[in-house]
Amino acid sequence: MKALIIGCGRVGSTVAKRLAADGWNVTAIDEKEAALSRLGEDWTGGFVVGHGMDTEVLRQAGIEEADAVVVATDGDNTNIVIGQVAQKRFGIDCTVVRILDPARADFYAQRGLRTVCPTSTAIDVLTDAVRSCEIPRDRQEVAT
Amino acid sequence: MYVLIAGGGKAGANVMRTLLRNGHEATIIEQERDRFERLEQEFEHQAMLGDATEIYVLEKAGIRRPPDLVLALTGDDEDNLVICQLAKEKFGVEKVIARVNDPRNQVHFDLLGVSPTVCATSSILGLVEHEVPEHDLVHLLELRKENLEIVEVQIDKGSPCAGKKVEKLALPEGARLISIMRDGRAEIAVGATELHPGDQVLAILEPGKEDELRRVLLKR
Repeated sequence: MKALIIGCGRVGSTVAKRLAADGWNVTAIDEKEAALSRLGEDWTGGFVVGHGMDTEVLRQAGIEEADAVVVATDGDNTNIVIGQVAQKRFGIDCTVVRILDPARADFYAQRGLRTVCPTSTAIDVLTDAVRSCEIPRDRQEVAT
Repeated sequence: MYVLIAGGGKAGANVMRTLLRNGHEATIIEQERDRFERLEQEFEHQAMLGDATEIYVLEKAGIRRPPDLVLALTGDDEDNLVICQLAKEKFGVEKVIARVNDPRNQVHFDLLGVSPTVCATSSILGLVEHEVPEHDLVHLLELRKENLEIVEVQIDKGSPCAGKKVEKLALPEGARLISIMRDGRAEIAVGATELHPGDQVLAILEPGKEDELRRVLLKR
């Protein structure tokens, strides 16, 4: 199984390492060569320096043989475009795209892109965390 | 006509000015504050500060009316693509025009069905091609929707087609000659038209058939 990780920042690099630990053959792509260091000294997977919008870079990283693509650069619109290229041009069904803006994440999810929105997740988790706090009884009436 | 312009650089601002002068209604969205302030001085309430790839910004600019035309003219190809997809597919805007900044991204616009597009760099390259004599086949026009293109070919003395009639040429399937320019005069190419050295021939063909056409007309 081969996975391509586009954008090797905090999120991308950790996903890359986890999938590699699960036995995937992983290649990461990042614009900056320095991002390679995020993968650790014992990284045995692939690493390509280049922009994910560049089809040549995607080919170099082996997108034609990939079973999964994770798009997690720091630009929502960049991720949206690369995700659609992976899905539509290269036919990779398991394309997962990080989109920070909930509105765009929803719209592209409706159009068949597998989107992950950390902002929505954070909103849910934070709200639930507050709801689960025990507030002393005498403070509960303050809002009412 | 109501036009929404995303991107307030030179292209956006000039288009905006012309549209208003011609009596159209338009809004221009710019996300950089400095640029926005200059636009606001000139266009007042018709300039808006914001990221045009954000849905609520587009809504504030009146995308739900919807506009007759959306122009995506920012300096970011990703942004222009997303703006056009949102306009067409979420808000039912019928006509969009997108600017392509990096010609290598043209394939993404084509893949995602965003057209028409305008790319200054490609246009300049096309003109350069036209000026350089060693380019024997010049791309004049691409008809993306139709998947056809129009090219110009210069016939010279060594061309295998020189002295032959058009009907005798084994043109590739999906290619036709349109016209012949000779001594400053153009005539429509018909079966009986004879080709001569020095002729400039216009041909219409499917993209990718250039080499076959070259072989027939130029033997290269």
